[in-house]
Amino acid sequence: MNRYMTQRLFGIAVRAAALLVVGVLLLVIGVTVARGGGVLLADPSIVFTPPGSRYMLEGTGGFLHAVLGSLFIVGPATVVSMVAAVSTAVYLQSDYSSRRFSDGVNMFLNVLWGTPPIVYGVFVLTIIIATGAQTSLFFGIIAIAIFQYPIMTRYTDEALRAAPETVRESTYGLGATRFESMRMTVRAAAPGVIAGLVMGFARGIGDAATVLFTTGRSTRMPGGLFEAATTLPVLIFDQAMSFNAEVRSHAYAAAFVLTSVVLGLILLSKLLAGRYARYTPGGNR
Amino acid sequence: MTTDTDSLQNRAQSSRLGRRLLAERYSSYWLTGAGYLAIALFAGITLLLFYRSLPILSEYPLSSMLTSANWDPAANNFGFLPAIVGTIYVTALSMLMGVPIALGAAIYIAEYAEGRTKTLVAALIDVLAAIPSVIFGLVALIVVVPVIGRYVAPVFSENTVGVGIFTVSLVIAIVVTPFMTSLSVESLESLPDELRETSLGVGATKFETIRSVLLRAAGPGIFSAILLGFGRVFGATIVPALLIGGQTQIPNSIFSTGQTLPTLIVNDFGELMSLPLTQSALIFVGLMLVIVVWLFNFGAMLVQQRLKRRWQYQ
Repeated sequence: MNRYMTQRLFGIAVRAAALLVVGVLLLVIGVTVARGGGVLLADPSIVFTPPGSRYMLEGTGGFLHAVLGSLFIVGPATVVSMVAAVSTAVYLQSDYSSRRFSDGVNMFLNVLWGTPPIVYGVFVLTIIIATGAQTSLFFGIIAIAIFQYPIMTRYTDEALRAAPETVRESTYGLGATRFESMRMTVRAAAPGVIAGLVMGFARGIGDAATVLFTTGRSTRMPGGLFEAATTLPVLIFDQAMSFNAEVRSHAYAAAFVLTSVVLGLILLSKLLAGRYARYTPGGNR
Repeated sequence: MTTDTDSLQNRAQSSRLGRRLLAERYSSYWLTGAGYLAIALFAGITLLLFYRSLPILSEYPLSSMLTSANWDPAANNFGFLPAIVGTIYVTALSMLMGVPIALGAAIYIAEYAEGRTKTLVAALIDVLAAIPSVIFGLVALIVVVPVIGRYVAPVFSENTVGVGIFTVSLVIAIVVTPFMTSLSVESLESLPDELRETSLGVGATKFETIRSVLLRAAGPGIFSAILLGFGRVFGATIVPALLIGGQTQIPNSIFSTGQTLPTLIVNDFGELMSLPLTQSALIFVGLMLVIVVWLFNFGAMLVQQRLKRRWQYQ
């Protein structure tokens, strides 16, 4: 086989690999839409109906509890995580820390980024056991916030890194303090920061392993901060293996809702990044 | 220090500059705290998990737990071998299936695709990377499980309903491939065009350029992409919990049911939370996951630095 043959074969193999990956994506979305969309079209009210008393056994009622649980857990977690992530990224990027220190912390952040989410779940559960508390919405928020923290820090860090150096130079030149200069830098990096926020929300709302042990897998409406709750991914996980076809069909419907939310968020983050880019220095190139 | 703050506080009441300096001071305390947060989390997780696994570690010797195949927490038998073997099988098979496809797709996007096709394929792969893994698990239950049970396993004269180690590996490979692809694309695209031009200029074919120049130059980045993929595969929880069948036995073929370390935690935490020794054993499983992933990560950073020095072109 001469080298031109190899070259051609390689080109075909590479195209096949890309085609395969795209095909799998279309298959996954197609199955979710076909199955879940069918169930939702037949009875759209299950998204807004609270679960009945024997919901997990007979599928009476709907999964409003999981929708609300997801929002009540991932919303606050994203806010907490965002504050921490922006602060960390600012500390590492601006004139607060030495190069050496920020390299070291970045190493730890990378390791946290690669840590499986179930570890965060077990960690928070260990805290629950150690303090004698009950699994609840509150601990779900903490677990998701820890899970999102390295992801969002990475996005924010990248955004700050890409912010034009002139912002810092000119604010210092005008006599701003480090804090004031940092605020302007964050504003200049806003598109990236907001894209990171939305991506963090999307990752948080899709994760099941962190909240599996920490929120209590409740089958009732969320009652308060220290009451058990559940989220959409956990609900899907619990329903997927049910023997009752009605209950399983709810899992498909929930999967459809979850997938649309995640895909919508990604689209939103791309659109936001594009829209905000006009209002930042150097953005409208 | 206190007098300094006091004088600042006094000035804050009188002047604008004082207020700004005070804001600067307090914000820098807050930011310093945030800067140390990653290290604190890292240390906190390790220490707490280690402290909570002490009961089981002091009860049974580590070597016997890691080599015993008998997992029966109710009878105080804690053998982690089946879950360890299952995890190794799943991780190896998934990486074997996922890495070549991910590399191929990455090379296609970075070097072959052009214009709108490129944007479209890259965007689709990003979307695939963001879909929650529980969705993959659910779709696999409908699509992959019956196909493997009815068509694939009989070819190898295996009798199975379709759940098991091979199914899990296949689905996890699908979950991590787009993730590894988009990271590899990033490092391939960051390479300077002179590398391609020079290589093509001295008469190499496109394939030779990719194989001997670009993959090497992007090597450290691709390496870390594969490693992050490894971390995901190794700690994958939801997909194996749905598809592995959950039987604690040493698998005798790649189609048999089994257990991985994460599914051990998922399957047993519910019922056995009340037994302190079991609880400690499962927390120890979490500690094992942490240690392996972190050792790999730190090791990889060292290797990566060496690769960077050896394979650099600038």
